[in-house]
Amino acid sequence: MNDEPTSHAVTPEVGYVLRVNGREHRIEAAWSGESLLWVLRERLGLSGSKNACEQGECGSCSVLVDGRLVCACLVLAASAVGAEITTVEGASPQGVLTDVQSAFLAEGAVQCGFCTPGLVMSVHDLLKANPEPDDLEVREAISGNLCRCTGYGRIFAAIENTVAARRGAES
Amino acid sequence: MSTRDGGLSLLRRASRVGENAPRPDGTLKVRGEFAYSSDLYAEGMLWGATVRSTEVHARICSVDISGALATPGVHVVVTADDVPGSPYYGLDGDDQPVFASAVVRHLGEPIAAVAADHPEAARLAASRVVVEYEPLAPLLDPERALTAEPIHPNGNLFRHLPIRKGDPDATGDVVVEGSYATGMQDQAFLGPESGLAIPDSGGDGVELFISTQWLHVDRDQVAACLGLEPERVRLTLSGVGGAFGAREDISLQVHLCMLALRAGRPVKMVYNRAESFFGHVHRHPSRLWYRHHADRDGTLVKVEARLLLDGGAYLSSSFHVLGNAASFAVGPYRVPNVVIDSWNVRTNNPPCGAMRGFGVVQSCFGHEAQMDKLAAALGHDPVELRLRNALGHGDTCATGQRITGTLPMAEVIARTAALPLPPELTEHTPMLALPGGAGRCADRSRVVRGVGFAASYKNLMYAEGFDDFSTARCRIDHGVVTVHCACAEVGQGFVTLVCQIAREVLRIDDVVVAPADTVEVGSAGSTSASRQTWMSGGAVEAACIAARDRVISELALRSGVEVASLVLVDDRVVSGDGRVDTTMTEAAAGLVVDETREFHHAPTQPLDENGQGDAHVSFSGTAHRAVVDVDLDLGLVRVVQIATAQDVGRALNPLAVGGQIEGGVAQGVGLAVMEEIVVDGGRIRNASFTDYLIPTALDMPEVVWDLIEEPEPGAPFGAKGVGEPPVVSSTPAVVAAIRAATGLALDRVPVRPQDIVRGRASTAT
Repeated sequence: MNDEPTSHAVTPEVGYVLRVNGREHRIEAAWSGESLLWVLRERLGLSGSKNACEQGECGSCSVLVDGRLVCACLVLAASAVGAEITTVEGASPQGVLTDVQSAFLAEGAVQCGFCTPGLVMSVHDLLKANPEPDDLEVREAISGNLCRCTGYGRIFAAIENTVAARRGAES
Repeated sequence: MSTRDGGLSLLRRASRVGENAPRPDGTLKVRGEFAYSSDLYAEGMLWGATVRSTEVHARICSVDISGALATPGVHVVVTADDVPGSPYYGLDGDDQPVFASAVVRHLGEPIAAVAADHPEAARLAASRVVVEYEPLAPLLDPERALTAEPIHPNGNLFRHLPIRKGDPDATGDVVVEGSYATGMQDQAFLGPESGLAIPDSGGDGVELFISTQWLHVDRDQVAACLGLEPERVRLTLSGVGGAFGAREDISLQVHLCMLALRAGRPVKMVYNRAESFFGHVHRHPSRLWYRHHADRDGTLVKVEARLLLDGGAYLSSSFHVLGNAASFAVGPYRVPNVVIDSWNVRTNNPPCGAMRGFGVVQSCFGHEAQMDKLAAALGHDPVELRLRNALGHGDTCATGQRITGTLPMAEVIARTAALPLPPELTEHTPMLALPGGAGRCADRSRVVRGVGFAASYKNLMYAEGFDDFSTARCRIDHGVVTVHCACAEVGQGFVTLVCQIAREVLRIDDVVVAPADTVEVGSAGSTSASRQTWMSGGAVEAACIAARDRVISELALRSGVEVASLVLVDDRVVSGDGRVDTTMTEAAAGLVVDETREFHHAPTQPLDENGQGDAHVSFSGTAHRAVVDVDLDLGLVRVVQIATAQDVGRALNPLAVGGQIEGGVAQGVGLAVMEEIVVDGGRIRNASFTDYLIPTALDMPEVVWDLIEEPEPGAPFGAKGVGEPPVVSSTPAVVAAIRAATGLALDRVPVRPQDIVRGRASTAT
């Protein structure tokens, strides 16, 4: 509470271009200290990435930067120039829910929903790397995404059902 | 102002009462398009920041805002001098200043607020407000509160509540005694305190988009502090990122409106996580002393108890938290003789108030440890002892109230005990599943399993004579139903239930849930006390029945038949003679019906000078069996499984009930083994998610649940509220299991690794 914050009021403004969900966005007259999370939410209106802790503990701002799952709150926006950024808004661009999103709804994995966008990003990332995770692999993979409402039980069920449905679709 | 359609959604899949209905806000939530209070935007809006006390207890000598005002980008700075109306607010009484002026009574107390064109500029300016303090001796020990100098004009006692029932001199053959303590728990909702205030163009009113648990009581407090008529302050619920009691008290509401009115521009404010720990009340820490008397056969004879809750600097809901802690202090058992004294006191520690379980969590930790102690002294099985004394319909509570509704405690206990146990710990159990988890630090030969049991019961709805009614409005416009209720949806799924109830009553599938606000509909009461399914569910049912009856009357008139001849068969209205046979949707076509109804529960009474009276509306019982693995050397605990049977009356949405059980268990497990706001000299030492730990997916046990459905007379659809019970007895069950594994007494939660390691070291010597 006592730390003197640095502000755009005392540092020079910068302009740059970010590529988010396949589209280029020009950021004008920004403070160079702004996090990717803040720029996504407040400058680009992409508020699906959430701000629960803003210190990389809760995973609610999980996005992909060049295919890597990161907490957007820990990335300086200006350092993501040139990278391909994918947010939850880019997860189902055609308006059709992904299988993970549908399973979250069907299994009751959503309550207040504040953790949900980050979890959707994390679960897609997990299943891309490991299409058949066991229970402990699932738990470890999403242990960086805090949820305070559900106790995770319905989230595990949603992931299990997604895995089973994908397996069924392949065979 | 633009939001992305946070509240208004149409659900076309026609789930009715008793089914696993999908959430009407679910699609928006999984797509990241649901507008929470931190997501709001208005053209030309400014950002607010709060100046907070850096002292625990001090006189304020001066507040210099000139440096803040001179900061580029700053528009306004407000302090206590600028509060236009009442300088105080509060739930059980208004003793809390909007901004501290003469004295600060806890660390982080608001002193001023700033609005600027960028949040960093606002924070920079806030840091440039210079406050000169003259430190005062802090009152930190709740046991000293009643003898120390008052730290507030209202004194240091929030409430003393004695309970006397039966013969105070009765004694039992077997007597066990114990002292216990519980730590300060944080609600730790994920969506930070936030909101957007938009001033009216004339400056004589304001619109506030906010996360809260009770819109109308926020409005009344905000209007009083702003010196405005309540109608001039209009609140709309924005998306709420969890609540758990922490949004019952107002936090930034008045500050935000003051800034917006002074600046003449919209102002948005969002706390960060550290500030959130100072921005809301927490679960009261408690110190408990118990003495239980029983006959040789295990029948309880008398319970004596003394309970002390530390309410922190301001009253909040401390009066009623204590009412609950004392009312349920002997647990779900028949106890003919009761002698309880309980106190909730003011200190310079962080203010405490509502959190899921509301006082019952604290006393349950004590009475359940006592039941195990008693079972050990008698040589009885702990589950059998609880069954022998289990409270039920027709029995009398510690407060002298006869249970006239359902309370199948014996079945709750027996069915919990009968649930399947998890597989045994073996040499093949993966390291990740052992204590220490991802740290992979366990030595298998030093891991021991334990099993523990606990039971509890808790009231539903507000108590002690309070009429916490709800209001709902049902409008049918050409076949589309719109239900309007100011009930705060905080994640629990009330919006889903609205759709289910409206369809069940009206037999019309197209149901819209209108955004909750204070303009179009009356109060719904608070989303707390496990009360909204009953109270707002009841109001929605009543409004829909009134609307349905209007549609049927109009149909009878048009068709020339008697109203009494029309009956509902599935989704059709038919007359006995066959002249009328139409769907409810068709019958409503061309009609506009708009009905509002209030729903009140049966009246309750205040507790008398002996703590006796019919103070509670209804009760719900639950039990938990915990299985834990403990690393004896490192003191690390992994909770393996929680089994629970819960008395739910009737499950209106079984999947949602399961979600409440699992989520409540997570918070109970958290209190048992990891969650505590560490307060040292009045200062919070762990105000972040790095240092205040809540259960992750790896920490969370398997939860096995069983629903006991015995419809509650007088409850809409027979349903009891389900939100709080899961958190109450899960904590003592986990600690009982750790005691079983370690042989330690463990009289305090959370149980920390050092409690186990040092406890074992001291018993070994």
